Amino acid sequence: MTLDAAWAVDWVRRSAATVAEHRDELVELDRQIGDGDHGENLDRGFRAVVAKLDGLDTPPASVGDVLRLVATTLMSTVGGAAGPLYGTAYLRASKSGTASELGPDGVVALLEAALDGIVTRGRAGAGEKTMVDAWTAAVAAAVDAADHGAPPSAVLAAAARGAHDGAESTVPLVATKGRASYLGERSAGHLDPGARSSELILLAAAQAAEAAD
Amino acid sequence: MKKLINDPQDVVAESVEGFGLAHADVVQVHVDPLFVTRAGGAVPGKVGLVSGGGSGHEPLHAGFVGVGMLDAAVPGAVFTSPTPDQILPAIAAADAGAGVLTIVKNYTGDVLNFETAAELADADGITVRQVVVNDDVAVEDSLYTAGRRGVAGTVAVEKIAGAAAERGDDLDAVAAVAQRVVDNVRTMGLALTACTVPHVGGPSFDLPDDEIEIGIGIHGEPGRHRVGLENADVLTEKLLTPVVEDLGLAGGERVLLLVNGMGGTPASELYVVYRRARALLAERGVEVARSLVGNYVTSLEMQGASVTVLRLDDELTALWDAPVHTSALRW
Repeated sequence: MTLDAAWAVDWVRRSAATVAEHRDELVELDRQIGDGDHGENLDRGFRAVVAKLDGLDTPPASVGDVLRLVATTLMSTVGGAAGPLYGTAYLRASKSGTASELGPDGVVALLEAALDGIVTRGRAGAGEKTMVDAWTAAVAAAVDAADHGAPPSAVLAAAARGAHDGAESTVPLVATKGRASYLGERSAGHLDPGARSSELILLAAAQAAEAAD
Repeated sequence: MKKLINDPQDVVAESVEGFGLAHADVVQVHVDPLFVTRAGGAVPGKVGLVSGGGSGHEPLHAGFVGVGMLDAAVPGAVFTSPTPDQILPAIAAADAGAGVLTIVKNYTGDVLNFETAAELADADGITVRQVVVNDDVAVEDSLYTAGRRGVAGTVAVEKIAGAAAERGDDLDAVAAVAQRVVDNVRTMGLALTACTVPHVGGPSFDLPDDEIEIGIGIHGEPGRHRVGLENADVLTEKLLTPVVEDLGLAGGERVLLLVNGMGGTPASELYVVYRRARALLAERGVEVARSLVGNYVTSLEMQGASVTVLRLDDELTALWDAPVHTSALRW
């Protein structure tokens, strides 16, 4: 079983749906430790991505093509920190997703590229209460699953579980990067909104893969 | 939420549209992507100045577009930095062959988006220098945060760098004077109430009636400390003291004193704050050579104020005094 451009399109549509569904939750999480725009901004961005996909005359040929469209659209519509961070993640992922079909190793490479993009652009590391925590745990879980011979859908399911654990791990942390860092100790006890949205997006990837199986 | 708006999604576009109509002699509004340029376009041979950031801080930044200050401003969504595809055409519009200086407040989103736009501009053959404003002394230890935020001191950076560009300084010189302002300006703010972002619909934080937030930024985010309400003199001292100490101001020095309203505080109260700040500076033997009091860098309808002190020398004073003609600042 491999994943192709149709999976990537389904991933994007599911991401847009889950971000819209959780828009208010993301706003509220961000309101507690940031400035309350994360849900609104991501929702605006993914709605624009879906509109772009709907407007295409021919469907994208590869996973990379889909992810590049996501990258450029998010960069030009989201703004804030999330725009460049997610934009860079999808851009790097698109470069590793140029093959027509992805096996388990291809999925791992794609996730690693996305994490690398976020770390590079945001200059943040694990443990700083950002989306990096969700992505780091997701990549570790994906690598482990692939090493144990899991198919792509199971690799993504593991990544989604990892992202969930990584996101939850941000709750007790004191933020040292991003807007929440200005709260100092008061940032502890809150789930990081970027980690939560990352979890939602990776869960959408896993669900799209399950549907493709 | 009670606001004088139509659809929350349309607030920024409709506001900028009205701004452009009201000040057509000073600015020109470009829609899709949204940015504001000086009326008449870039001035040949002059270094271009571009700033921007989330909307909701009016008159920052579009209000400071005009002769002697910015060549272009890029408004993002409310409290959200603009995107590179907005910033890039603004940079291109401001470039008249002498290069462009971008003035960026130190918030992760602003820095990342302006950095990306600068890379794209560079690829298009436009020379871009960037100065990051980080005047907020409320951020105590930047090792453990994203660094000090850029707040009301940004007005002084834009005014003085704008004057340097207007007199014909080259890009390196304009960038150097902008950096000199950044190095010598400090700010501390407080909030009496939260504000409401239109698309969020509720207050940006919950603040009991008898408490205030000390050390706020300008995005409605909570500050670092929450304290009980005190009178204006006590609060002014809480704002001014860390500013003066961080600057290391000594007796005999001359400064610009800016008391900035966050949007919901009347001028009368800002002058009460100014009065006390001035007395405190006098006690330290510091001369207030220039002053500015009013709403310049706001957070929607938030009640509160910030106190900014800029250490002046003869050149910075002359550049501050140079003529400026924008919708929000002119002399």
